[in-house]
Amino acid sequence: MRGATHARWAACAAAAALAATACGGGGGSGGDTGAVLSSSWGDPQNPLEPANTNEVQGGKVLDMIFRGLKKYDPKTGEAQDMLAEKIETSDSQNFTVTVKDGWTFSNGEKVTAQSFVDAWNYGASLKNNQRNAYFFSYIDGYDKAHPEDGGEQSADTLSGLKVTGPRTFTVRLSQKFSTFPDTLGYPAFAPLPRAFFDDHDAWVKKPVGNGPYQVDNYTRGSQMSLRKWEEYPGDDKAQNGGVDLKVYTDNNTAYTDLMAGNLDLVDDVPAAQLKNVKNDLGDRYINTPAGIIQTLAFPFYDEAWNKPGSEKVRKGLSMAIDRKQITDTIFQQTRTPATDWTSPVLGEDGGFKEGLCGEACEYNPDEAKKLVKDGGGLPGGQVKITYNADTGSHGQWVDAVCNSINNALDNDRACVGNPVGTFADFRNQITDRKMSGPFRAGWQMDYPLIQNFLQPLYYTNASSNDGKWSNEEFDDLVDRANAEPDTAKAVGLFQQAEEVLRDEMGAIPLWYQNGSAGYSDRLSDVELNPFSVPVYNEIKVG
Amino acid sequence: MGRYVVRRLLQMIPVFIGATLLIFLMVNVMGDPVAGLCGDRECDPATAAQLRKEFGLDKPVWQQYLTYMGNVFTGDFGTAFNGQPVTELMGTAFPVTIRLTIVAILFEIVVGIVLGVVTGLRRGRPVDTGVLLLTLVVISVPTFVTGLLLQLLLGVEWGWIDPAVSSEAAFGELIVPGLVLASVSLAYVTRLTRTSIAENRRSDYVRTAVAKGLPRHRVITRHLLRNSLIPVVTFIGTDIGALMGGAIVTERIFNIHGVGYQLYQGILRQNTQTVVGFVTVLVLVFLVANLLVDLLYAVLDPRIRYA
Repeated sequence: MRGATHARWAACAAAAALAATACGGGGGSGGDTGAVLSSSWGDPQNPLEPANTNEVQGGKVLDMIFRGLKKYDPKTGEAQDMLAEKIETSDSQNFTVTVKDGWTFSNGEKVTAQSFVDAWNYGASLKNNQRNAYFFSYIDGYDKAHPEDGGEQSADTLSGLKVTGPRTFTVRLSQKFSTFPDTLGYPAFAPLPRAFFDDHDAWVKKPVGNGPYQVDNYTRGSQMSLRKWEEYPGDDKAQNGGVDLKVYTDNNTAYTDLMAGNLDLVDDVPAAQLKNVKNDLGDRYINTPAGIIQTLAFPFYDEAWNKPGSEKVRKGLSMAIDRKQITDTIFQQTRTPATDWTSPVLGEDGGFKEGLCGEACEYNPDEAKKLVKDGGGLPGGQVKITYNADTGSHGQWVDAVCNSINNALDNDRACVGNPVGTFADFRNQITDRKMSGPFRAGWQMDYPLIQNFLQPLYYTNASSNDGKWSNEEFDDLVDRANAEPDTAKAVGLFQQAEEVLRDEMGAIPLWYQNGSAGYSDRLSDVELNPFSVPVYNEIKVG
Repeated sequence: MGRYVVRRLLQMIPVFIGATLLIFLMVNVMGDPVAGLCGDRECDPATAAQLRKEFGLDKPVWQQYLTYMGNVFTGDFGTAFNGQPVTELMGTAFPVTIRLTIVAILFEIVVGIVLGVVTGLRRGRPVDTGVLLLTLVVISVPTFVTGLLLQLLLGVEWGWIDPAVSSEAAFGELIVPGLVLASVSLAYVTRLTRTSIAENRRSDYVRTAVAKGLPRHRVITRHLLRNSLIPVVTFIGTDIGALMGGAIVTERIFNIHGVGYQLYQGILRQNTQTVVGFVTVLVLVFLVANLLVDLLYAVLDPRIRYA
């Protein structure tokens, strides 16, 4: 039980730091613990299953109804033990996990080692079509349960997972990965009750988990009512009676509803309202860093962008972008100019290093012009920045970036935007390697680790390496960092790898994105976690 | 009459097939929808292939179309990407949009025709000029401006209505959105009725009716209005389909989860099943509305006979 008391102490400390409220009194002080709040929501894109949810809206629900082995501290992003009593390893490759006693699902079923192993096997198995299956790709036997080369699936379960007792199981990875336990806070690793497997359709209609909330009512496409689960055994109990998630067709309408007093919480303030939001809401407007970075990626499969000297062109383009001006005027300071390839939410210990990019990310038109010229000029005399025009008002900032580049290079035609109609088509062109110039890239972290900002994006042939950048030295440093059991040393190695990325300018970092939210005066203790999702269970009503 | 209806119904078949095929091809041209399903990263090839197989996207387009049409005739409209059957989406979306359309059409009929008759009978008077100006304003201001303004004034400033419609979308909540949706068509109905009335006022049968000494209201409703309504009925009939499919803007502003919203989502996610399914139903609505309009002609003007 040492783990439990430790976690409780941490939760209390966090709560005290957040709101300076007394801890240990039980229940919320000041708020009405029975009151329900309403919050804006978007229709989840995929069926609501832990290993099938890869966007914020579905993730929001999973965060409320599930607790995994680890949980990321909403304030610091640090991975803390939740259901894990201990996770032990001697070689960074074989792990023994012990699950805490006394946890159940909200339908009364006990959470055991089997609940985890079954869930992970389900998530990894190709025949279940789980969009997040690759999260299990480090576990031994993944290539059999999920052959990526299109071969026949030869196993339903992962050979690297073994249940050794009611509360213990072992994990064998296919490679050394010292920070593997810290990835286990991701929702894809949540445990699943038997009901999920026995009657899958019914479960998807009304999911059952083991988190502080349970689903009371779910009308797909319009509303989900979550209510506090009174018997929740964890120490991060809900401080309110429940949350009604309402689907909005447009975040402007949600904001209007908040203004009219019909909605308590909006976790995505529309760009058009950013100018008024401080007047409208005062300190009920939150604008805090999230683990999201926007970059410009390059098609390294295109000869023109991958010849000797073109790193100078890339660096020149980076120096031609006036990040500060764009984040101030277009984004109303909801983005921060990027000076490395990670995110401030990692903290210094976690690997964020302000200024790592150095002068290459500072606006310097003269130097930019010189570098582009030295590097042989722009390929084809013009860069086209490709983006999808259907969501997120990307057109605005791409035009601003182009404007900035044109001004710096003294050439009206140096840069133009190249809109693509839909996100799916945009992704198609990326997958088919049809990009002829830089294109919009963004990364929302899966877990707050520096590894997550570098390996999936820049490692040779990694899952999200859209530009197909490849560098042996970088790969080697990442491998060494993953094998390094000492966290501080591992972070150092990752930063060295990041320096390689910088010298080659494998992608231009643009800015870190903030999470923004606004709430009514009924609520207090509203915070956004590093994933820019409100920490619902901490919110007090009344 | 019976033969005419049968002939019209048979004519619908090629129109129906052509329209669905066009939509099917158009959505397909947009590319591979699976690419957008895994967020800002590439789906791993095995999962992508599996998903393509599940949605039938691995087959040639003509085969996809045939299978799809085959399924449609058995009432199966396929599955949306979020795992929900399209028929279920229709079941929630269409009732809402139909209610919204009814409200809008009622506004058009009641307000539009009354204003049209009043102005048509008082041509050139101040009432006529006033309404003329008003309709001009309504036609020239885009729907989203009217919608957002009303939402802000009635919803936030004065608090008479809720700015967003709840998921039940009862009739009462739909009055303002219905008015916004109807506004432009309403202006056209007024204009059409006015012109038609003004023209027919001088016709022989109206003069005869007046000469017979019939009461004024009877002349207007039985003789003048009935004959003047033909162009108006044509317009309203085609407008039913346009309102149902074209409510995207209004539905977005007032958070109505109807057909427009589902179509918008379907197009964004390049979900062939949703888009084609909803458009198929809308095509049917258009065709049936057109048939009804043609049949109404005979009722309004007995000189029109269908063999």
